Amino acid sequence: MRKLISTGSLLLLLISQQAWSSDRSIEALWDLVERQQAQIDSLTDELESTRTALSTTQSELDSTRSAARITEEQLDVTATFVDSALAEMSDQRLSIGGYGEMHYNDLNARDSQYNKEEIDFHRFVTYMNYEFTDRIRLFTELEVEHALVKDTADGSNGGEVEVEQAYVEFDVAENYYARTGLFLLPIGILNETHEPTTFYGVERNDVENIIIPTTWWEGGVGFGGRYDNGLSFDLAVTSGLDMPTTGSNAYRVRSGRQKVSEALANDLAYTGRVKYTGVPGLELSAAVQYQTNPTQGNGGDLLDEGLLVSTHGIFNRGPFSLRALWAQWDFDGEGIQAADVEKQTGWYVEPSVRLRLLNFDWGFYTRYEDVEGGRDQDQFDQWELGFNFYPTENVVLKFDYRDRSHDMNSEQGRDFDGFDLGMGYQF
Amino acid sequence: MKMRMIIGCVLVWTTTATAPVTAAEHVYLHPDEFITRSFADEVPPAQALWVTVELREELKREFGWQPGMRIRYWQQDHRTAWILDEIGKDKPITAGVVIAGGKIESMAVLVFRESRGWEIKLPQFTAQFARAQLTETRELNQHIDGITGATLSVRAMKRMARVALRLHDQIPAGTASQAD
Repeated sequence: MRKLISTGSLLLLLISQQAWSSDRSIEALWDLVERQQAQIDSLTDELESTRTALSTTQSELDSTRSAARITEEQLDVTATFVDSALAEMSDQRLSIGGYGEMHYNDLNARDSQYNKEEIDFHRFVTYMNYEFTDRIRLFTELEVEHALVKDTADGSNGGEVEVEQAYVEFDVAENYYARTGLFLLPIGILNETHEPTTFYGVERNDVENIIIPTTWWEGGVGFGGRYDNGLSFDLAVTSGLDMPTTGSNAYRVRSGRQKVSEALANDLAYTGRVKYTGVPGLELSAAVQYQTNPTQGNGGDLLDEGLLVSTHGIFNRGPFSLRALWAQWDFDGEGIQAADVEKQTGWYVEPSVRLRLLNFDWGFYTRYEDVEGGRDQDQFDQWELGFNFYPTENVVLKFDYRDRSHDMNSEQGRDFDGFDLGMGYQF
Repeated sequence: MKMRMIIGCVLVWTTTATAPVTAAEHVYLHPDEFITRSFADEVPPAQALWVTVELREELKREFGWQPGMRIRYWQQDHRTAWILDEIGKDKPITAGVVIAGGKIESMAVLVFRESRGWEIKLPQFTAQFARAQLTETRELNQHIDGITGATLSVRAMKRMARVALRLHDQIPAGTASQAD
């Protein structure tokens, strides 16, 4: 019995211990669940926070993107505005330019009274052009010659102020223009293009001084056209020459220019030119001018009419260039025939080479001229050689050596040789 | 005779000066048309090259060319096309340049606004730029025969050709090669 009681007690103890142990496991499990729940809650909170933060970041990113897009658009608008402003600045209706040249001559003549040692700011020129509309534009050129103009009682002075161009040009069709006003005649090489950087020699060549009286402008109307094959033409009806028939300048063409200054317009002049530039580096041109009366009627029968024919060629190939020009006046009249100058002729040929030396552009040339002008002293031939040095594209320094021999014995005292120095610019 | 001539001139003048003109400026080839012709298969979208301070200074110093803030270009593989403006004497000339592998493939005058020097638009002149490259001294490696009376327009064309070659270098796939 006692044994039975002991066994029961032991059993009870075991069961109670078992029960107690089970209670402990559940409690631990419960704790674990609670802790995990807390972790889940915490993670959920963190996830929620992360989601919120992510949403905020996304929102901020969207805002940043939007701001970047706006900035990009603003930058684009600004750039477009600046580029347009720059384009407008370079395409203004008013444009200003000019050129100038100073010469130093040191020439020793056979007769010393004709020696020349002189420095002269020969030309100071300003252009001012204006576009009234896209098809109507104004060209002007104002020049001061020899740096100084004095207002003296006897008319003697240092230089001249000249309006060399003042004309309005109209585009009348895609390839045609019409112009009126005071303009340069389309004859020769230098008359229309004579900026000092564009030609060799300190002084311009003498054929385009004595035979073609460059710079030669007249008042009137002009018309021209140009074609895709490189052909172009120019026509002009203008005021004419008023050449003297007496005195030391008798029958001198250059003295006949009226410069459209209260010019006599009794007898007009008609000019035409054809030019071909269809091959790169090549220019061929021929011009004709008819003067109905180159004294404007003041010379009576001494000088009745005149016809100028001029032709020139320019050929550039690589660094080499060749220019040649021929021009001749054929006048009619008793006086000019008696003076034996009814034909006035001149020609020149000018080979040159342009090289890049010491990182600068240099042009070397030689020129031979033969001139048979209206005055005795304007009949000569001349050798010339020299160079142009270009410190930059639009600035030139020049040197040349000249040797001139006159045809007539009476003029041989004027024969000279010597050198010239020059500077020039254009902009 | 003189009176008849003056009356004739006035009549011709009045007729021509008041005639309607379709072209305000001489547009030889519209820039869009130039791009279309330059990319026969498919015209790539226009892109913008933003001009950095360094590039701007280089273009001014080396080429005497003043860029805007951006330069538009079109690119397809190693070919690029550029539309550039440069002043001739008074007015800007617009030219198109196509470059492939560092060499000029073609060049054309698109818009000409000057009063002289129109001859630069002739294909005989622009064809001289084909195959031109930049030398080490940033000059064209080919001689371009000029046009008398159009010196400044010719210079503007040469400058644009050099600038386009330099800009082509700036594009990653441009892969320019330099002339000897």
